[in-house]
Amino acid sequence: MSKALALLRGHTILALVLLLAVFVLGIEIARPGTVTPLWVSNALLFAAPLAILGAGQTLVMLTGGIDLSVASVATGSAYILATNAASGDGFALALALVLGLAVGIVNGLGVAVLRVQPLVMTLGTGLMVGGAMTVYSQYMLASQPHVPAMIQTLGAGKLIGLIPVDLFLWAAIAALMLFTLHRTGFGRLLYAVGDNREACHLAGIRVWRVLFLDYVLCALLAAIAGLVLVGGTNAADLSLADVYLLPSVACVIIGGTSIFGGRGGYAGTIVGALILTVLTSILTLLDVPEPVKQILYGAIILSLAAAYARLTA
Amino acid sequence: MQNGRPVSADENLLLRVTGVAKRFGSVIALRAAGLELHAGEIHALMGANGAGKSTLVKVITGEFPADAGELAVAGAVSVFRSPAEARRAGIVSVYQDPALVPDLTIAQNMRLARVPLEAVRDVMRELGIERLDLTRRAREIDYPHLRLIDLSRALASKPRILILDEITAALPADLSERVFAVVRDWRRRGHSVIFISHRMAEVAALADRATILRDGVTVGVTSTRDAEEKIVDMMLGAEVAKAAAEAPPRAAAGIIRGAAPALEVRDLGFGHTLSGVSFRLGVGEILGVAALEGQGQQELFDCIAGVRRAASGEILANGRALELRHPADAIRAGLVLVPANRLHALLPQRSIRENVALSSFATFRAWGPITMRAERKRVENAVERLSIDRRASAEVRRLSGGNQQKVVIARWLASGFRTLLCFDPTRGIDIGTKRQIYALLREIAAQGASVLLFTSELPEIRLACDRAIVLFAGRITAEMPAAEADEAHLLRAAHGLTAAEPAEAPA
Repeated sequence: MSKALALLRGHTILALVLLLAVFVLGIEIARPGTVTPLWVSNALLFAAPLAILGAGQTLVMLTGGIDLSVASVATGSAYILATNAASGDGFALALALVLGLAVGIVNGLGVAVLRVQPLVMTLGTGLMVGGAMTVYSQYMLASQPHVPAMIQTLGAGKLIGLIPVDLFLWAAIAALMLFTLHRTGFGRLLYAVGDNREACHLAGIRVWRVLFLDYVLCALLAAIAGLVLVGGTNAADLSLADVYLLPSVACVIIGGTSIFGGRGGYAGTIVGALILTVLTSILTLLDVPEPVKQILYGAIILSLAAAYARLTA
Repeated sequence: MQNGRPVSADENLLLRVTGVAKRFGSVIALRAAGLELHAGEIHALMGANGAGKSTLVKVITGEFPADAGELAVAGAVSVFRSPAEARRAGIVSVYQDPALVPDLTIAQNMRLARVPLEAVRDVMRELGIERLDLTRRAREIDYPHLRLIDLSRALASKPRILILDEITAALPADLSERVFAVVRDWRRRGHSVIFISHRMAEVAALADRATILRDGVTVGVTSTRDAEEKIVDMMLGAEVAKAAAEAPPRAAAGIIRGAAPALEVRDLGFGHTLSGVSFRLGVGEILGVAALEGQGQQELFDCIAGVRRAASGEILANGRALELRHPADAIRAGLVLVPANRLHALLPQRSIRENVALSSFATFRAWGPITMRAERKRVENAVERLSIDRRASAEVRRLSGGNQQKVVIARWLASGFRTLLCFDPTRGIDIGTKRQIYALLREIAAQGASVLLFTSELPEIRLACDRAIVLFAGRITAEMPAAEADEAHLLRAAHGLTAAEPAEAPA
């Protein structure tokens, strides 16, 4: 027993994968015949946008920060894409990403240069972006928003009816994330800044540059996630990504990244996003009433976080 | 005063600890540690860094449960499940780090610990710090005084057994003396003290006997009189001691004359703490800085390292004037800092490798892919050169203090530098590691780099440096070659006394 625990302690990702397997097994036992290739394919399809938001969130949480503007940025990018699609897909896409870039720059300046607390800064910009989108929507009433076919394929399409297209984007982002975090100087610096900002300063690192780029990347990833989301729903509304805000933080925490920074990684976030998606799927399948669903959801996140703290203490 | 008093066996035995074992995960801190403390005795607990001294103390005070072993107080077997239980049994300790809440005033801190303020005042009077304002917040008070307040609080609860863990590590000589006087007084009243220190001279002067730990095992108990070499041998194990005892190569010849100095400071000023400080550090030279606590040495090092901006004056490296706005500017000019508190320079949750490689990512160019093999080689060279213990290499917070200090130095060895600014690098470090560090500094200097070294342990200036300057109240009051830098001479200058004695001023 203690040997198994020691193994899990050394490889927390293993514990997470095991947990995911238990959940999948749970579904199969509760509703035999549920777990089919199609079910797996759908789970991946739905997990992708969450995992892409989680990628940005992982980047900032590793430095001990947080980005609460990701949902507004995702919604905003989706909405801008849909309302500008008439002027050309490429133009609309670029505009959507520019929104991410702009919010990222503002967040980055606030957190990195002006040293505003990340939670406060991004809460503020998130609200502002949300409000700005509402104002913007009132000017855009005339033109009928529509989602470009390319984006619909990205967000809802499947190759040979089984492999979700967004999985390819996700896989590319995941590969890039893992490489960046573990094999590049910038990745090392994210962990370093999260672990001890003062030590980085003394080692001659200009910490603000690291944080600035970090928040820009996070917002860009949020904008990309918004595109995947709107491709999936094929309808741009102003609360599109709202429900993803807290899960984007939760999947990072479940994945074992410390909210104080300096420890964790994207591999955990991937499994975290899958666990949350499967969990939602279980609760929906069991036809649990919404309030009970929320209670269970919260309780499971709490117990996972507690178990994690035990494991890594 | 020294004590060879025969002790009739058991009735005099106040504390008896036997066979204590303790492991943290895969790290074994104690294997078979024991200690016998008599009533009315000052007992030194000694050992290299990582030998398990602090762990043993924390087992005795109930901070950690032991995995094995037995503890008896005055003959009765006891198990303390918390420091509070140990305190009720009359065992109180003063740990390495001040245990005061920074945002509360001293008086509030005492109330928090339920210690009567009057009793604390009495002890403070004995320590000569009665003028300290108890309504000041702990964070506003300097480190040496915090240690004394900690000590006052501990003594105010009238412990039968007082445990002092490295209390003098950061105390200037004058305050240390007062602590010793109070501790001796405590013994005179029939109480006992367990005293942990790396300073051999202190131990010899203060303690009656010493218990020596090595790798978590009690390897010996000895009277402290004339036992310095014996104790060092026991601490290090015979083999290592022999290697460490070989004198560090005295350089002197290494200094390259004629060239522009590696570092030149001209008329440096910083607030009220530094004024008109000028000196030169030659290429291949080790220049010692001696000072009592708070004479501006911290600010001097910070200004040179780019951590703070000097208000006036110039700093030149290899003849070139520097504009230091950020540590990166100093590092680019080859000036690198090993700060007073090693934890300020370390990433506690990251590996030795990441800690050592950290400074290599300072420029944008290095933000891209890492050449893993080259990095591993560079790091391993530095780690081997410093013989860092790699047992707990995944997280440097699990390393002993000495090994953490080596990791900080290894970072600069791996990245390269011209002048090493070492601020009290051996504070709280065992004698074996200390000798290794000084030997390394000599080696660095012999290879053409320079070292500016502040140390709070005056005898070390003579051992490690070529030349010394003394700071007093923000000014340089003396400069002397190492040969003249004996403790007495340095102490006089450190108290600002040299000017009055022109006969003793060096040529």
